[in-house]
Amino acid sequence: MVVDDLAKDYGEVKAVRGVSFEVGTGETFGFLGPNGAGKTTTIGMLCTLVRPTAGRARVAGYDVSQRRADVRRSIGLVFQDPTLDNYLTAEQNLRFHAELYGVPRAAVRSRLGAVLELVGLADKGKSEVRTFSGGMKRRLEIARGLLHAPVVLFLDEPTIGLDPQTRRLIWDYIRSLKTTEGTTIFMTTHYMDEAEYCDRIGIIDKGQIVAMGTPEELKASVGKDRVQIQADNAPAAIAALKEHFALEAAVHEGSVAFSVANGGEFVPKLFAKFGELGLPVRSVAVSRPSLDDVFLSYTGTTIRDAEVSGPNEWMRRMATGRGFR
Amino acid sequence: MDAPHGDGKGVPLTTGVREDHLTALPAPVPPLGDRAQARTRMSSGMLHEAKAVWVVVRREGIRFSNDPLRVIVGVLQPVLFLFVLGSGLGSLVKFGPQLNLRTFLYPGAAAMSVLFTALFSAGSIVWDREFGFLREMLVAPISRTSIVVGKCLGGALVSSVQGVLMICISGLAGVPYNPALMATVLAELLLLALTVVSFGMVVAARIKQFQSFMAVTQMLVMPLFFLSGAMYPLSGLPAWLRALTRVDPLTYAVDPIRKAVFERLTNVPPRLKQQLVPGVTWNGWHVPLGLELGVVALMALAFITVAALEFRKTD
Repeated sequence: MVVDDLAKDYGEVKAVRGVSFEVGTGETFGFLGPNGAGKTTTIGMLCTLVRPTAGRARVAGYDVSQRRADVRRSIGLVFQDPTLDNYLTAEQNLRFHAELYGVPRAAVRSRLGAVLELVGLADKGKSEVRTFSGGMKRRLEIARGLLHAPVVLFLDEPTIGLDPQTRRLIWDYIRSLKTTEGTTIFMTTHYMDEAEYCDRIGIIDKGQIVAMGTPEELKASVGKDRVQIQADNAPAAIAALKEHFALEAAVHEGSVAFSVANGGEFVPKLFAKFGELGLPVRSVAVSRPSLDDVFLSYTGTTIRDAEVSGPNEWMRRMATGRGFR
Repeated sequence: MDAPHGDGKGVPLTTGVREDHLTALPAPVPPLGDRAQARTRMSSGMLHEAKAVWVVVRREGIRFSNDPLRVIVGVLQPVLFLFVLGSGLGSLVKFGPQLNLRTFLYPGAAAMSVLFTALFSAGSIVWDREFGFLREMLVAPISRTSIVVGKCLGGALVSSVQGVLMICISGLAGVPYNPALMATVLAELLLLALTVVSFGMVVAARIKQFQSFMAVTQMLVMPLFFLSGAMYPLSGLPAWLRALTRVDPLTYAVDPIRKAVFERLTNVPPRLKQQLVPGVTWNGWHVPLGLELGVVALMALAFITVAALEFRKTD
């Protein structure tokens, strides 16, 4: 997958302002960003659902603007919102999909059983989808996305709104895909612990890629350790840090937080200085940078803040969906 | 969670959570066979599109057969119309011993049954959109036209099941069970259904909510039905009503059915036949049966084209 300066405007609004990146065959690529950063629009363009205003992209070797049908045949899509027919059985949903994607009839039967097996729904093939739980539906969607043996599988928030156990199961399936199918995976997620599983991560903000690399590289690029101290007089502590160490600190979740290189070596110096100044410190915590910190440092917001509307929106839709039936 | 990625050996699936069959790595999924071969087969354009149409049609069929209530409800309204209204008004309108009002109303009732089911079928695409399934079809490597054509044909076939039921009870309305007549009526109902479904699709392309779709179509359907001559003969009308009946496309679908039915009623005096089934006239010119059906077919084609163009725009 090669993306070159891809952009999309909606009238005056520049949703995506020229993003470029490459994803190698068999790679799992995580695409992160706050809500409204352009993730969904970018995926839309790569899946040929949204026509780019400028730039080019090739998915599975086909240009997304010129070879739309070829691109579509080569990709599997799992959307954030369910796209199953609740009144058909799991197998009927899969067969429908197989025929739409022109999977040869001879291959359908074995393939059908195999993908259901892969997501642990082998015994549920004959059940109507409306009887499925949220997690089962998501697994079925992943199975369906794989049915036509796509070269690239797009997963938009595959685990959003699911309980931790189901999330873990789904991740096991996703990871086993690499070994069984060699599928390239392009995914978005809000969960930073899940982003750790990706081979590489791209962070998009305000329509532009702001960081890209392996999780380790990104953490290293932030460089500094995160130090949190509990001080009796927080404002005085912040002022002292600025004056004596030239560090910008801020109150975060009830403690004074700041980033510094080699946090472990810094703490004794801090204690010496604060002792001199008569500023008592009740506790101190030093942490290596997490992907959360990476996200924070590149986008100015934590993923937690960015996440807020996500699951709620989804739950709301689920609730209205039920209300109708 | 441990071992994030890329140790080259692949990650063993040992979750051990809940279900037993998940504890082992599933057997490798068999490949698609020769992928290149499969692709050339798929890209043989028209054939693939035709298959896609057929898949969409089949889904309509499965959905319909899963929902017998819909069939019963769909037939209930015309039956009420035919037997309650028909019998009640029958005491006011007397054609003589050879003809019952129910027989006259039968073609209208048959059209009505198909009308409602066809609109409901078209509405299902709004439903599909609301619940996400439409996306599954829109992102598939098939043209939007195939989706629209499949939906229209599927809806029309499903609606003509309703027509079959109406034909089954035609004896109760004094319509003879004649194979040729039954086939003619069914074919004409199918054509009507196709037109109505495609009309519904044009409306559905713009509407995002099922409730609004039903409201809009009901608002359009009642006048169309009342102006179609489904409930009264097309002769001896006031000028304004005559003009409106000629504009109503439904007129051209109901009249052929009534013609077919009355052709088989041997004991009805010709004068009465002429009075009740005068046919459609344009400025005094008698519109032949073929042209009437042609008008209906042309409308179906026009609606399908417009619907396909509309759906090409949706994301």
